Amino acid sequence: MSLPADHLIVAPVVLPLAVSGALLLLDERRHALKAGVSVATALALLAIAVWLLLAAAAAPGALAYRLGDWPAPYGIVLVVDRLSAGMLVLASVLGLCALVYALSRWNRAGPRFHALFLLLLMGVNGAFLTGDLFNLFVFFEVMLAASYGLVLHGSGAARIRAGLAYIAVNLVASLFFLIGVSLVYANTGTLSMADLARRLPLLGPAERSLFEVGAAFLGVTFLIKSSLWPLGFWLPPAYAAASAPAAAILSILSKVGVYVVVRLSLLLFGAESGASAGFGAQWLLAGGIATLAFGTFGLLAARDLARAAGFAVMISSGTVLAALGSGSAAAVSGALFYLAGSTLAAATLFLLAEILQRGRDPAASATEAVFDDEDLDPFEDDDTVVALDIPAIVALLGAAYLVCALMLAGLPPLAGFIGKLAILSGLAGAAAPAGPVAASSWLLVGALLLSGLGTLIPLLRFGIFNFWVPLEGPSPALRTAEAAALAGLVAGCLALSLWGGPALAYAEATARWLASPAGYVDAVLRETAR
Amino acid sequence: MEAVLAAGIGGLAAAGVWLILRPRSFQVAIGLTLLGYAVNLFVFAMGRLRVGAPPVLASPEANDPTLYADPLPQALVLTALVISFALTALFLVVLLAARGIAGSDHVDGREPDR
Repeated sequence: MSLPADHLIVAPVVLPLAVSGALLLLDERRHALKAGVSVATALALLAIAVWLLLAAAAAPGALAYRLGDWPAPYGIVLVVDRLSAGMLVLASVLGLCALVYALSRWNRAGPRFHALFLLLLMGVNGAFLTGDLFNLFVFFEVMLAASYGLVLHGSGAARIRAGLAYIAVNLVASLFFLIGVSLVYANTGTLSMADLARRLPLLGPAERSLFEVGAAFLGVTFLIKSSLWPLGFWLPPAYAAASAPAAAILSILSKVGVYVVVRLSLLLFGAESGASAGFGAQWLLAGGIATLAFGTFGLLAARDLARAAGFAVMISSGTVLAALGSGSAAAVSGALFYLAGSTLAAATLFLLAEILQRGRDPAASATEAVFDDEDLDPFEDDDTVVALDIPAIVALLGAAYLVCALMLAGLPPLAGFIGKLAILSGLAGAAAPAGPVAASSWLLVGALLLSGLGTLIPLLRFGIFNFWVPLEGPSPALRTAEAAALAGLVAGCLALSLWGGPALAYAEATARWLASPAGYVDAVLRETAR
Repeated sequence: MEAVLAAGIGGLAAAGVWLILRPRSFQVAIGLTLLGYAVNLFVFAMGRLRVGAPPVLASPEANDPTLYADPLPQALVLTALVISFALTALFLVVLLAARGIAGSDHVDGREPDR
């Protein structure tokens, strides 16, 4: 912990925080400078995340960083292991692409867009890195506070109405988080995740039952965030109302909830944790299947593409949570791979939805000032923006849409198919041929296959409507920044497909690492001994 | 003392839950505030109730932990208070904007059909 490079672990939190503070000092009208600084920060975050990913893949265990050099159960640690490093890379890719997309015009639709955006990235990165429950609460709140601003970005009646419900639901979820954290602390005397995992098998029956109540409260919080049925009705309206780049980055937010559930379930309630082993797994499985069903029906009924993308986010969360609830390590590795691909694809769909719909329905992407000090017509200099002039622009958009649809529906040859196949083979016990397959696993297999079909049908319908039907009115315009952002996200999807072998191997190593929580506990508490 | 505190937390939480289920956005805001009070008191109580025990070490000699109140929940409450205060303020702004733009203080943005 003496090399300067080791301090890079804290950089994904400190860098966006510092830059976002600095951006607040700059005048709102200096768009170019602010945009340049934010994009440079997002690029740096991506580079750091990739470095951490390589370091985590090379290290035998986890890398722990002690804040203020306080020893672990008392001080707060940041932990980089394969899971958190992978999520960091996913968040930085999404963050960079959404930010570049916003440069075409959304960053001028309201004040302090870049500062909010970077604060959101800081909260997300911190939630992935932290090894302490209360610290997780703080990062959650930072992330949510920034997301409230981003949901409302661009203003207008629809956004404010959706934002009101979004904020109310998440405030209640935060209160649940506090109840859960305090119950966990009262009954175990620690908030460090590694220390919790160590002390859990030693709890007496009275403390254990109260601890499980606390864990259930925490679980409800994270499941509200990851929009598990019946806790996720807030998601589609809020995400559909948000501006396109905000919705794209918000799609990583629901994955933060999924990440915490995966992390805590496998760390605290793994096979080695004594009497609490497997706590909540049946609920995750049942809730995940119900989410798959609800998301699929919602997608079938959706009338516009942004709302459909919101339901796609729900389906992706439901798949991962149900695979986790099934208790098969092979299914979890497939689910982690699927999570990366489906999140990228859902974010792409949010961006495509805006590009395609603003030609037909100008009101959909308009902004509306509510307070007097807002920029009244932020898009007045739209004509000066150089639009990318390609005759076959519809064909390009169509190709991006095709990649998205194949990823989300899980059809070959793209990564969505590889991920789903890995989940299915994990569930069917291809990895461990001994013993019969549980009935609940068969139910999940059926739900996954049907939801694939149920995703394909509406996406096909939207595709025909947007790309095959002769266009009335102006053809969709594509600005340079938007094209770059779309290209980045589609390249991410294709890279996951082309290098599916290494990526799946990484996900399998992650699942193996998560299945033996002793490694995590050792890595965090061993750093203390030094 | 436990019974009084428990009844207080329960009363606040019950009132808060009832209010956040009401149709007017201001009632929801007050409900969130009351629920926040109840939860903060609950976090506070999770450090065990002690009367007259300081949460910081008074002198290096008297370092017997039974003499002191648990300082950690107090620190947690402080953090949670600041966060919930700020977010309630933000919620009020959004509430006012919604009231102004929709002309109705119903949480759905319009009066229900009668």
